[in-house]
Amino acid sequence: MSGAPRGSGPTGRQRAVAERTARTILRRRVVNAMMTGVVALAAFATTLPLVFILFHLVRSGASALSLDFFTQMPKPVGEPGAGMANAIVGTLILIATACAIGLPVGIGAGLYLADYGRTRMANVVRFLADVLNGLPSIVLAVFAWQFLVRPLGHFSALAGGVALAAMMIPMVTRTTEEMVRLVPTALRESALALGYSRARTAMSVVLRTAGAGIVTGALVAVARIAGETAPLLFTAFGNHFWSVRLDQPIAALPLQIFYYATSPYDEWHRLAWAASLVLISVVFVISIAARFATRSSAGSGHGD
Amino acid sequence: MAEGGPVAELSVAPDDRLLGERIGGGVLGDRIYVATITVFALCVPLLLALILLEVAVAGWPALREFGVGFVTSSEWDPVQEHFGAAPAIFGTIVTSILALVIATPLALGVAVFLSDYAPPWLRQPVAFFVDLLAAIPSVVYGLWGIFVLIPILRQHVIPFIRDTLHLGSLPLFSGTSYGYSIFAAGLILAIMVLPYISSVSREVLLAVPRSQREAALALGATRWEMIQKAVLPFARSGIIGGVILGLGRALGETMAVTMVIGNRHDISASLFAPGYTMASLIANEFTEASGEMHLSALMAVGFVLLVLTLLVNGIARWLVWRVARYAEGHRA
Repeated sequence: MSGAPRGSGPTGRQRAVAERTARTILRRRVVNAMMTGVVALAAFATTLPLVFILFHLVRSGASALSLDFFTQMPKPVGEPGAGMANAIVGTLILIATACAIGLPVGIGAGLYLADYGRTRMANVVRFLADVLNGLPSIVLAVFAWQFLVRPLGHFSALAGGVALAAMMIPMVTRTTEEMVRLVPTALRESALALGYSRARTAMSVVLRTAGAGIVTGALVAVARIAGETAPLLFTAFGNHFWSVRLDQPIAALPLQIFYYATSPYDEWHRLAWAASLVLISVVFVISIAARFATRSSAGSGHGD
Repeated sequence: MAEGGPVAELSVAPDDRLLGERIGGGVLGDRIYVATITVFALCVPLLLALILLEVAVAGWPALREFGVGFVTSSEWDPVQEHFGAAPAIFGTIVTSILALVIATPLALGVAVFLSDYAPPWLRQPVAFFVDLLAAIPSVVYGLWGIFVLIPILRQHVIPFIRDTLHLGSLPLFSGTSYGYSIFAAGLILAIMVLPYISSVSREVLLAVPRSQREAALALGATRWEMIQKAVLPFARSGIIGGVILGLGRALGETMAVTMVIGNRHDISASLFAPGYTMASLIANEFTEASGEMHLSALMAVGFVLLVLTLLVNGIARWLVWRVARYAEGHRA
């Protein structure tokens, strides 16, 4: 318009530039389209392992599941009607032990972090909680063994519970902190303005408002530790017999899966699949429930 | 409203003398409350210190006995009581790197898909699907590895790489293989660390300011050019942080690896050869340890693993934190 004189067509040089530009634009569009495909493919490929694993779990596990699985004790190879009643109860006891230790500490530390969020000590605690969260679970087993099993002289459910609690504490700490931070400032200030003490504000206003979120966080932590095997290998150790005592070795579903999966017997393999199906069902139900719980509470906002 | 400001001030400096008697316990109740949560908060550093101390003390006899040789020698002989953990350290590093090489491109792809490509209705379900991978217990991955992945590797993948692609003569793919291998472990680890890398990357990508994207688009960039030139460079250190976080997970992963790696004390150039990792070595031999020195050696392996993961996680947290802080500064 301004450059070319009116009436005369584009010069050869201008045409060449235009052509080159068109080619460049075409190349950029093709690359763009290809990358869209690559990215979508990556997303698709990533969902495949989950589908495969669930497919095999259901196919191999469902047929081995029966009422006996939940009510009967393990039996020698060849005897029909074997179950994992002791391992199911054992896992529940281990989780309860871990919760008894881990929840108060985790929630208390979370409240502290939310209250003293910007102090140096809070930063240190927060960082160390993340570090603790990143420790390999097998190291926690080594710790619990050295700390409890060696001095007591035998494997115990308590040692397993301590190892699991060490996994749980950092997770609960961080989710509690996040949930407490979501409590509207106005709500706390109103309570304080009404003359509530800080302790009372924390108990009847903060914990009550953040309660659902904290419970959800705790459930997610439980779902995580429920399937942990490594921390139990030489702490809870496993037990072929019925035991509910904290000072004795105790059976656990993940341990049982490990022993059965690495055994040479087809029948035990089937039981391992069944146990995995049960374990993963519980873990997924908790994860999905937690997902919807946090989403609905986030959706309703600070309404009530 | 400046977030956190009023709360922080209110709770950091409560002057109890001015407030006098208050509902629900008053000053004494407050003191007890503050003392309680402080003690619980202190439990976290104490626990970490205790773990470090116990594992270090337990591993000390072996570390003192073998010195540097403990990490450089590859002789692991419980009968002669000579212990060198080099094969396990080698296996740990190789499987972890293999896992990252496989998982990182995929995880990045998913993260970019979720932050910039997916239609809104698809984001939540796909993100949730990927997160569920992290919820599958390690031992279930191991079970799946033994009965599904390894047969596939043995019957299809390994013959394909060796015979169809004619790569069997390379040292990397040589030797007889029954499927239980470094390669199988790396593959399973890749699936396991993928959700960690992708969720950190996604968060970092979402933290990239909108203006950054809009500026690139306004200059005429295509969507991919925007991501490549404006988004990824901005998020780089955070993404690296996510990858290193994944590395931390991979280094310490125990059960799935123990079940598929073949558990042999050997340093082999071949990916299809069985090996050992530090975590699987402890898991496998601990309950059968033959003597005090064997036990101590296993504890020392635990200590080496502990130090390694502490370092790796520290670096990762620092990188992610740096990006998060930058994003926060820009939002305010």
